Amino acid sequence: MDWGTILGNAISQIASPTTAAYALAAIGISVHFGYTGLLNFGQAGFMAIGAYAFAIATLGFGWPVWAALLMVILASVVFAFILGLPTLRLRADYLAIVTIAAAEIVRYVVSTTGLTPVTGGASGLSGFSGGFYALNPIPEGTYGFGPFTYTADGWWVRIVGWTLVAIATVLVWLLMRSPWGRVVKGIREDEDAVRSLGKNVYSYKMQSLVLGGVLGGLAGFVFILPRAVQPGNYGTALTFFIYTLLLLGGAATVFGPIVGAMIFWVVLSLSNGIIVGLVESGIVSFLTPDQAGQIRFIIVGVALMLLVIFRPQGIFGNKKELSFSV
Amino acid sequence: MSDTAVASHPLVDGAVGPGCKKVDPIVVADGVTRQFGGLKAVDVEHVEIPRGQITALIGPNGAGKTTFFNLLTGFDKPNTGSWSFEGRSLARVPAFKVARAGMVRTFQLTKSLGRLTVLQNMLLGATKQGGENFFTAIVKPLWAKREDEITKRAEDLLTRFKLDAKKDDYAASLSGGQRKLLEMARALMSEPTLVMLDEPMAGVNPALTQSLLGHIRGLKEEGMSVLFVEHDMHMVRHISDWVIVMAEGRIVAEGPPETVMTDQAVIDAYLGAHHDEDLGEMEVELDLPTVEEAEAAAEKKHEQQEGNH
Amino acid sequence: MRLAVPPALRMPRGLTLIVATFVAAVAMVLGLGVAGASATSATPAPPAEGAQFTVGGIIQAGPGNPIEGAEVLVEGNGIEETGVTGADGRWSVALPGPGEYTATLDPDSLPEGIEPTQPDNLTRQVNASTTSTINLLFPVGEEGAAPVVRDEGALLADRIWTQVVNGIIFGLFLALAAIGISLIFGTTGLNNFAHGEMVTFGAIVFWFLSAAFREMAFPLNVILAGVITLVASGAFGWAQDAGIHKPLRSRGVKLVQAMIVTIGLSLAVRYVFVIIFGTGDQTLNVGFSGAVDIGAARVSWTSVASAIISAVILVLVGLFLTRTRIGKATRAVSDNASLAAASGINVDRIIRIVWVLAGTLTGLSGVLYGLYRGVSWDMGFQILLLLFAAVTLGGLGSAFGALVGALFIGLATEVSAVWLPNDLRYAIALVILILVLLVRPQGFLGRKERIG
Repeated sequence: MDWGTILGNAISQIASPTTAAYALAAIGISVHFGYTGLLNFGQAGFMAIGAYAFAIATLGFGWPVWAALLMVILASVVFAFILGLPTLRLRADYLAIVTIAAAEIVRYVVSTTGLTPVTGGASGLSGFSGGFYALNPIPEGTYGFGPFTYTADGWWVRIVGWTLVAIATVLVWLLMRSPWGRVVKGIREDEDAVRSLGKNVYSYKMQSLVLGGVLGGLAGFVFILPRAVQPGNYGTALTFFIYTLLLLGGAATVFGPIVGAMIFWVVLSLSNGIIVGLVESGIVSFLTPDQAGQIRFIIVGVALMLLVIFRPQGIFGNKKELSFSV
Repeated sequence: MSDTAVASHPLVDGAVGPGCKKVDPIVVADGVTRQFGGLKAVDVEHVEIPRGQITALIGPNGAGKTTFFNLLTGFDKPNTGSWSFEGRSLARVPAFKVARAGMVRTFQLTKSLGRLTVLQNMLLGATKQGGENFFTAIVKPLWAKREDEITKRAEDLLTRFKLDAKKDDYAASLSGGQRKLLEMARALMSEPTLVMLDEPMAGVNPALTQSLLGHIRGLKEEGMSVLFVEHDMHMVRHISDWVIVMAEGRIVAEGPPETVMTDQAVIDAYLGAHHDEDLGEMEVELDLPTVEEAEAAAEKKHEQQEGNH
Repeated sequence: MRLAVPPALRMPRGLTLIVATFVAAVAMVLGLGVAGASATSATPAPPAEGAQFTVGGIIQAGPGNPIEGAEVLVEGNGIEETGVTGADGRWSVALPGPGEYTATLDPDSLPEGIEPTQPDNLTRQVNASTTSTINLLFPVGEEGAAPVVRDEGALLADRIWTQVVNGIIFGLFLALAAIGISLIFGTTGLNNFAHGEMVTFGAIVFWFLSAAFREMAFPLNVILAGVITLVASGAFGWAQDAGIHKPLRSRGVKLVQAMIVTIGLSLAVRYVFVIIFGTGDQTLNVGFSGAVDIGAARVSWTSVASAIISAVILVLVGLFLTRTRIGKATRAVSDNASLAAASGINVDRIIRIVWVLAGTLTGLSGVLYGLYRGVSWDMGFQILLLLFAAVTLGGLGSAFGALVGALFIGLATEVSAVWLPNDLRYAIALVILILVLLVRPQGFLGRKERIG
């Protein structure tokens, strides 16, 4: 087993654009679930909306990057309204079922054969990131050290991804220390009490849904920069991964989503590397390499269960301010 | 319908009786009904609540008091009816707008916001905090001044309610009685004209009951009107200026506390509830925990709180 | 709201139970997996006679004029086979499994004087997923004759009828599993996201057993495998309550938390299935073949039998809930758990029974659904949302509502395929769910007071 490669791969996950995308999506869920108590199980849908909005605006309409990004935000806002209008007056578990259903509808629609000219059908879209990489100010070449060595484009996508994460973190921190944050946290605790104090609970829930949804849409944009848009990536498992890493870091904490995303990917990569290494070197003989690749999902599932049962405030969450509501 | 001894009263315009006109009403309700399935939980023809007084809404269990309360405050929707608050119609107005109009309520089961501190609970009750707007919230200087003002007011109120020592604790760590106090204090943050208290004395120990009663009297002294729900007739005798009695969804009697208790309709309402509903009474008894159970529950809760620290 | 979480360390028994259950479940499934795998590798699987998926249809030049000898070429998923119409104008081709196919009518195979009504539309896309028997239309007519409009209408009616029959069958399978969700939700308030895995569990266990019992004659193999599968499925339900949900309830863990635990369980169990079962689709072959025409719809005898079994079991569940003491107690707990407890009902025992019952019904649903469309590792997860949709449409917590909702969802998914692309059929069901929630949040049969 090549421990150097396994460790290197694992550590490089800390800065990977995918980790940044997951962190961004998790910040969105922390706004929904951690602070407002909204059970949005459709974050994968928001990511798909963001990804397709960017790809279609670029490929289909030939729009520049900034316009395509505006499209990402606009599409996420519209999607949030469509989800929120029927459900935000209903009980919490209705929102969960409607959001998960809506995310699946999005996935079915973008992968349907009839829309292949627009969405690429089941095979998705690629070749949309040329405009983004053309904006890269870093000269050609390879920079960095150890596992953190990337090409100019590799640096560019990481810088943009993590800058978005930083902006989102600061924005959410500013909001949550403000009276606005006080109201949404109050809604998480007991929305009738907040209503009795003269706050328009419905409007605040919608604002929260839109904010977290836009962060999900932007996460979709970051997610596709290093890869193609593939409808299969936006299944419900994606949403549950984001919940897992958020609960890992602490749902109602400022740095929880970021730390959770980093731990999640490092641990996944490490365990996967070790298991595959054990299988390939013949130490573990009852698994094929394909099967070994699936074990990480079992780890995620079991980790999610154990976290929720035994450490609901997250690894770094404040024990007093437990991160659960409802 | 009623054989009230007093035929007239300074608060009343005309004869005293169920649904009588008040000299200066703050709330006037007409034809308010609410049905659950086949059951008419509330069926109020006409009622007026006097301004600047402490009015008690009493009645046996299941009389529809809390449902009526929920309807007036916009937390439930009536099947029919209209009502006005200070001359302004509030029928089908959402709960948050009712509160903004100056009619603020509390709940029978306290709704303190557990994972907010006591001070944050109070600040949430304040009005005109521009920082509650999404965009303003991001820029602290825009709302910091108002925040200082309401923090000052909150601290004054907390001192008055003897909760100032707890202001940085999570509300979840307060005792049941302290939560009742916090909820009342929080309702006062918005400087309401009518305070509606849903069973403020329920589940509060006798020592704290006296202090709660004192606070309710204090509200009247500050010029607020108070309407509170209570099912224990004797609890209200000392502090209320006016008593409205409900039974089976209807207003069956009204009057000053000294006389309303002797009203035949009231006695019937209370006795009736005990007479023909043996089963109901049994259930009530089953629901009440024994002393041992209550102690065990309190102990468990205490352990949990310790566990959370 | 405050969360009551006693320190983790105080509940070592809960952890032990969960871990033990999980290990036991994995060991059980792995054990079965090894047995099944060795059985499979010993003798290669027989060719799929009475295959699960067929494509076919009737080619006729107007009513009562079937065309014999017309050829349809079916390609895709590694097969290339020609179906030839018989004297009754019927043709059919067995498909190896779900997937995308194309079917092309060979115009040269038509007799003299007969030609396709739409000569430039001879190829049909076929998406085999849930429907096991796919009917295709190739309108043909006398040479030079104008296309007969009435026939188009009749053909459309035939297609709709076929989909209605398929929809009812699919709906009955959904109902078995949905009633399980509904009973659990009704008695505990829990939305069980691992319910799809209970469907898959039944199908996979049955698949391994039917492979192990291959030497046995029909119907002994099916009965034996079925009984063992149902017992195992009931045990799976029991284990989930005993190992996870009972300890969580006694710790006062909130429902949202418990729901997220079921999400984790769903994910873990699903990938355990991948490891022991693989990612491919397998057909269930119990040595029972043949088909029957119900009007214009051709349905395999297996599906007819499955539908009848579902209907009978659903009636039995209805009788159980309304006539037996335990059933009545179950409904009492659903109505008001604390009142039920106060009147002497052992709520925990009822909940345990509900979990076992739900596991058994859902496992049965998996077996029948597996016979209908084949077995795969995520077959239950794929229909999980349809199950939630059925339960929500019918009114959360109402068992009869779940049945109505399931039939509605079954019909909506299948009948919509007449007009809409096949790959949007699930999306349609979910769109209907959202629209119904807009108009009637309590579902078709739910009571308004229960909401919010």
